[in-house]
Amino acid sequence: MSDDHEPEGNPPGPEGDDADERGRTAGDVLLDDEELARAEIEAAAERAADAKSIGLEASFGERFIAAITGTGVIVTLLAFVSALVIGAFIIAFSEDSVREALGYLFAQPGDAFRAAWDAVSSAYLALLQGSVGGATQLSETFVTATPLILTGLAVAVPLRAGLFNIGAEGQFVAGGMLAGLIGFSLTGLPMAVHLPLALVAGLLAGGLYGWIPGILKARTGAHEVISTIMLNNIALLVSGYLISTTLFRRPDRTDPISKSVEASARFPRLIPWEPGLRVNTSLLVAIVLAIVIFWLVERSTRGFELNAVGLNASAATAAGMNPGRTIVLAMTVGGAMAGAGGAAVILGLQHRLTIGFSAGIGFSGITVALLGRGRIGGTVAAGVLIGALQVGGRNMQAQTGTSLELALVIQALIIVFIAAPGLVRAIFRIKADDLATGQVAKGWGA
Amino acid sequence: MELELRGITKRFPGVIANDAVDLVVAPGEVHGLLGENGAGKSTLMNVLYGLYRADEGEIIIDGTPLQLDDPGDAIDAGIGMVHQHFMLVPVFTVAENIVLGVEHTRGLGRLDRARASQEVAELAERSGLPVDPDALVEELPVGIQQRVEILKALYRDARLLILDEPTAVLTPQEADDLFDAIRAFTTEGRSVIFISHKLREHRAIADRISVLRRGRIVGTADPREASEQDLANLMVGRPVELTVHKPPAEPTDSVLEVQGLRVEDAVGTPVVQDLDLQIRRGEIVAIAGVEGNGQTPLVAALTGLREVADGTVTIAGREVVGATRKQILRDGTGHVPEDRARDGLVADFSVAENLVLNLWDAEPYARRGTLQFGAINAHARELVGAYDIRTPSVGTSAGSLSGGNQQKLVVAREFARPIDLLVASQPTRGVDVGSIEYIHSQLVAKRDEGTAVLLVSSELDEVLALADRVAVMYHGRLVGPFDTPISKEAVGRMMAGADPAEVLGAAATSPTTTTTPPDDPATADGSSPGAPA
Repeated sequence: MSDDHEPEGNPPGPEGDDADERGRTAGDVLLDDEELARAEIEAAAERAADAKSIGLEASFGERFIAAITGTGVIVTLLAFVSALVIGAFIIAFSEDSVREALGYLFAQPGDAFRAAWDAVSSAYLALLQGSVGGATQLSETFVTATPLILTGLAVAVPLRAGLFNIGAEGQFVAGGMLAGLIGFSLTGLPMAVHLPLALVAGLLAGGLYGWIPGILKARTGAHEVISTIMLNNIALLVSGYLISTTLFRRPDRTDPISKSVEASARFPRLIPWEPGLRVNTSLLVAIVLAIVIFWLVERSTRGFELNAVGLNASAATAAGMNPGRTIVLAMTVGGAMAGAGGAAVILGLQHRLTIGFSAGIGFSGITVALLGRGRIGGTVAAGVLIGALQVGGRNMQAQTGTSLELALVIQALIIVFIAAPGLVRAIFRIKADDLATGQVAKGWGA
Repeated sequence: MELELRGITKRFPGVIANDAVDLVVAPGEVHGLLGENGAGKSTLMNVLYGLYRADEGEIIIDGTPLQLDDPGDAIDAGIGMVHQHFMLVPVFTVAENIVLGVEHTRGLGRLDRARASQEVAELAERSGLPVDPDALVEELPVGIQQRVEILKALYRDARLLILDEPTAVLTPQEADDLFDAIRAFTTEGRSVIFISHKLREHRAIADRISVLRRGRIVGTADPREASEQDLANLMVGRPVELTVHKPPAEPTDSVLEVQGLRVEDAVGTPVVQDLDLQIRRGEIVAIAGVEGNGQTPLVAALTGLREVADGTVTIAGREVVGATRKQILRDGTGHVPEDRARDGLVADFSVAENLVLNLWDAEPYARRGTLQFGAINAHARELVGAYDIRTPSVGTSAGSLSGGNQQKLVVAREFARPIDLLVASQPTRGVDVGSIEYIHSQLVAKRDEGTAVLLVSSELDEVLALADRVAVMYHGRLVGPFDTPISKEAVGRMMAGADPAEVLGAAATSPTTTTTPPDDPATADGSSPGAPA
């Protein structure tokens, strides 16, 4: 019998060999204290090296959070790849020439595969070129990514506190509405005052709209998923009504479209001498806010509380923290980020409010945060990636006729794969690391 | 039945949970399986019960090698298991629980309840485990629920019964009843595998003891010959100190003052009532009691985690009622929570972060709202050294440490700062012998520093080994505290609700007389020979 408890491929340290020799001598059942200490440390290191696994008793919410923040970057990337592969099949089968070639598949199988390959490769090439293929494309990618980064942060911050903020869409609308109102109703202000004022208004409106589900959760236990979904509906419908009132509507128009934001409240373009490049300073605002959020979540005492509450609320309570206050903070900060996203779109790009101006950017924030695994840096990167996907999707439609919805399908598939890391592991044969799979049956199964 | 496990090996990523384990259980034998938490006892039993598939090795029952793929196979092979946490449906009757899954039906799938009830009554009679077949399980005491679990195995004709830590939830008296039931079971050639980390119980019931350490059988002992010291050494892998060295207490001024405390549950039923208690600096007052008698709400109320319905609580003169948990902790109360995984630490946080979990926004660990990782890590390195926390680094996640080291982490965090009152709930639960030794010595050291210590434990041996005064909690009321030494039997009877005046009958003449020879309290720390096997 060997005393070798280290798994293969994880050899003991230099002094470990020596210990093994001694351990093998017959009849020596007693270890000395030092050896025992080293064994414990090694065991702990091995457990730490394994990806985090989750206990059987974990609730759905805990599993979901762990699925998002606990799986490795590799699994996340593979989820992205898997979504692209399934997207490829959808492209192939939606292509007329492929379906035709399938009709005589057995006569000339090469045709079907060639047609499928052509369809998929040209679509994905168009996707790539449309997103990063030139200065204009890159500019569009960052224009699209700016609000996505912000709504991604709006989901990521509450996620770290164990909350699932579905309400970024509504908070985005709230922020965009108030920023727009300040932007067009005040006149004659210098840009140094007007633009920051409008931006702060957007932050405050979004923050307030996030504070509501936060306080409801903290005080009454109302589930944030349900309350934010309902608040989304309220925001979308109320904004539609408000835009058609005289307060917002352009006097010379009867259709619901608002007055235009004053030039002093518009985000200036970053490269004003190139007329085709719409990328503007709201991108810088998003980056600065991301840095602030990084400090808040990863470096501040409030962030320590936030993470502790998210990972183990009862231990946080036992340590003297206040989970209720933390929940309200996380939702308010998240809402403010979505509000800033709304302000960025209205003040930086559209310059006026229309019905449905949010266009699902808040919901895409969920994808962005999940793809970024709830990390701040990851969320920023994911925002750029999803932005590229959306811009590239538009080019794909223009060039190859592949439906724009495909980009949304791929986005949805990414979420499915990230939420089901076991599926990705199974597809790519990554060794499962948790013991939970074996112990499903309990008790008397006769 | 005769069971033989031959070369069972079970690997998990990064760990070999069972390493070529050989085990033979003879017909009619009670085979003790002794080992610390994480030694691989549960894995081995899950392999035997068909919950895990062994990577290598054979299971041989009565000479036939068997393939056990799921618990159904194990049950068919005559193996029964009573889990530490019972697998009963609380709202079903005893008979319904016992026949569940193998029930008889009449036409159209109607349950034949009368027949079930009658069969269960007969089985209970025959096997000497009396229960009322028509009682609702949720209304039964834990000891009887366990009996239902055993009857469930018997009803399925188990010839080998695995009992996983069966005494953890029982009073000493209930444990004795269980041992009688085990002896009755082993007549007719049926066998029992008895899992426990309590040495005393193995010596009381087992015919043979196998000791498991780090996944391997490191020795087999005859309980009549091996001393507890021998077994402990074998289990831990080095000589273990079983006695707590404790100089007499020198209590000074009062720290904790509780008067007329009442704590209520959500619907206003009192879970703690009319409770008075005083603890002075330099003494350990231990509260014994079967779990669920109000100890948990009491501790929660004293440390600001739960609302006080009535009464006053002061710690070193400071009012506790109305103060926040944070104020109470910062003002000088340490609390080792009973459920380490739930309340004691954040498993995904690093060791360093967990060591400042209750001081996260205090200088020098934070300045102007920003965490000072330099100070946090330096603090962690210091405590890891001082409290012998075995971790690869201070950045390792706390969840990857062994149970004992996780507990040492919690102890280090609560003990390291100057405090007036230390509340330790089940401080050694799920902790290996080596760490128990260490935590006990630290509790005594904290007492000698002049801290008032409240120890809440359901381990009677621990209470008697550490306490300067002992109180018993029963149905939300506190009996005592009584001066030590006090007999184990007396405390055990009060834990079951006996009247203290009656138990300590001779109180009028000598209030602290000890009465029971086999469990002499002076040696309750475990160094005595214990009950005869």
